Amino acid sequence: MSSSTHTSTIGAIGAPSRRNTELALLVFAVLIPIFAYANVGLAINDEVPTGMLGYGLGLGLLAGVAHLIVRRFAPYADPLLLPLATLLNGLGIVLIWRLDQSERLQQASTFTAGAPNQLMYSALGIALFVGVLLLLKDHRVLQRYTYISMVAALVLLLLPLVPGLGRNVFGAKIWISVAGFSIQPGEFAKIALAVFFSGYLMVKRDALALASRRFMGLYLPRGRDLGPIITIWAVSLLILIFETDLGTSLLFFGLFVIMLYVATERTSWIIIGLGMSVAGAVGVASFSSHVEARVNAWLDPFGCYADSGACEQIGQSIMAFGSGGVLGTGWGQGNSDLIGFAANSDFIFSTVGEELGLAGVMAFLLIYGLIIERGVRTSLAARDPFGKLFAIGLTGAFALQIFIVAGGVMGLIPLTGMTMPFLAYGGSSVIANWALIGILIRISDTARRPAPSPAPSPDAEMTQVVRP
Amino acid sequence: MSELTLTVMRLGFLALLWLFVIVAVQVIRSDLFGTRVTQRAGRRNTEARQAPDRQSSGQGAPPRQQGGGGRQRRGAPTKLVVSEGTLTGTTVALQGQTISLGRAHDSTIVLDDDYASSRHARIYPDRDGQWIVEDLGSTNGTYLDRTRLTTPTPVPLGAPIRIGKTVIELRK
Repeated sequence: MSSSTHTSTIGAIGAPSRRNTELALLVFAVLIPIFAYANVGLAINDEVPTGMLGYGLGLGLLAGVAHLIVRRFAPYADPLLLPLATLLNGLGIVLIWRLDQSERLQQASTFTAGAPNQLMYSALGIALFVGVLLLLKDHRVLQRYTYISMVAALVLLLLPLVPGLGRNVFGAKIWISVAGFSIQPGEFAKIALAVFFSGYLMVKRDALALASRRFMGLYLPRGRDLGPIITIWAVSLLILIFETDLGTSLLFFGLFVIMLYVATERTSWIIIGLGMSVAGAVGVASFSSHVEARVNAWLDPFGCYADSGACEQIGQSIMAFGSGGVLGTGWGQGNSDLIGFAANSDFIFSTVGEELGLAGVMAFLLIYGLIIERGVRTSLAARDPFGKLFAIGLTGAFALQIFIVAGGVMGLIPLTGMTMPFLAYGGSSVIANWALIGILIRISDTARRPAPSPAPSPDAEMTQVVRP
Repeated sequence: MSELTLTVMRLGFLALLWLFVIVAVQVIRSDLFGTRVTQRAGRRNTEARQAPDRQSSGQGAPPRQQGGGGRQRRGAPTKLVVSEGTLTGTTVALQGQTISLGRAHDSTIVLDDDYASSRHARIYPDRDGQWIVEDLGSTNGTYLDRTRLTTPTPVPLGAPIRIGKTVIELRK
């Protein structure tokens, strides 16, 4: 009878705390950008750059502080998340510094040296990371703020539309300017959205998963359960129409579909979601000139190369990838600065493609992939349903963003204005992604922590009499 | 800077980057290979057991439970392991305290299981140190292997206690 079901339990061997592994990897992750920095200096100016010591110390200090805080306040956290993020952040600063040295970009009227700012943003990001670990002792606290997060996310997403606050930068309205700083609120909205979706789906997933009719091999949900997905779809279309930003609306809707699929295990949601996003995107592209220009630039970048700035950017980016070849031209020896505007933010991955080649691009994508893998692993290991959904939501947003940006600059999908997490120049992006890594580290600490032994109850003898 | 130096640095950097990726993957290896797979013990013992009612008196139970061998005489269980259900992998050390199971938030093991009652069952040691499982009037019942419990029943090592979708067993 029951011997036919062969059951086994899987547990980890050895200490779950891997802090020393993390420290070793972190040292490695700080040394690689320093080497890259020296390499750029040697290639461009024939000398080791003077700022190398300060820059290396700065990155090392940030990583050290982050490590000590993790060691003290999240001792069982995943050992890979922090080193991987540090490596990406460090290499991002080197890439931005390398583009700062470009004479072509220095001639532009809007030129400002990005690397010092980016180091400052990284410091702010690490500060927020530390803040998350210190203040968020248990991620389940966030469950209480399910609907507040929804409001916060919607406000953040719609802020750029407020007159006087929003700024229209080259067609996309995704920035706001406050006290001289321009902020991209969409970056912070993705964390708030993940909180809302996980809190909402945790409660509603049974209704969404079980109450359905079977039609042509697909489980179709009931009409009333379709309400939320249609609402979210409408909101993401509104973003697409009024902010003319394909990336944010794709991220917003894609995140919801991913979490819906994870929560309900129903493939039909993926199919419904893909169908709805394709229908929405085609519909909007047919009457929004900005989106239409992006789609044309994607379909044939060299056909409209001379006429449109969008086509020229994409064309330059694709040529950068092509001239990189397999092993790349080497740090500081490419011409990816020809991309011009946004070379160090949206198009930073083209510089990787040209100067480090296919080998470098693959390594970068693998590093991103490892962060995503650790996120999914954290979600699998988490013991509470909210933590599971929350971790997969954060990871899904991170993964979608990488797909949208990397796919855009390589010409796989239409280009949208989003930033490559940690690499690209931009304060909001770096800060929000450090907060995201901080929350993932907090969840993984809870998930990997050995179960505490329950306190023996002294009353048990009296109140719970054993009758033989 | 000579062409040769720059080429060496270019290839060196790529090698270093890939080395980092490989080292990181080695750290992850422990997820795949550094795990311990515990086969569920005492399968034959539990199958040889009779209806639990006959041995509901706590004392004298250990010798009768043994289908094959003095497994239990050698050592009492030291931990309770959840082997199936949403809490899979959870262990609780057995230190002589009563373990309550159910959906109520003050249970020792809070079951996230739609088929469990809020106070579903408890597991406690009797005077001889034998662990007993008792159903607390739950709706769907507590099963020891395939038998629904009606009275407090001693739990042999490795016998599955089934509550809804959750399976719990005692291990050494």
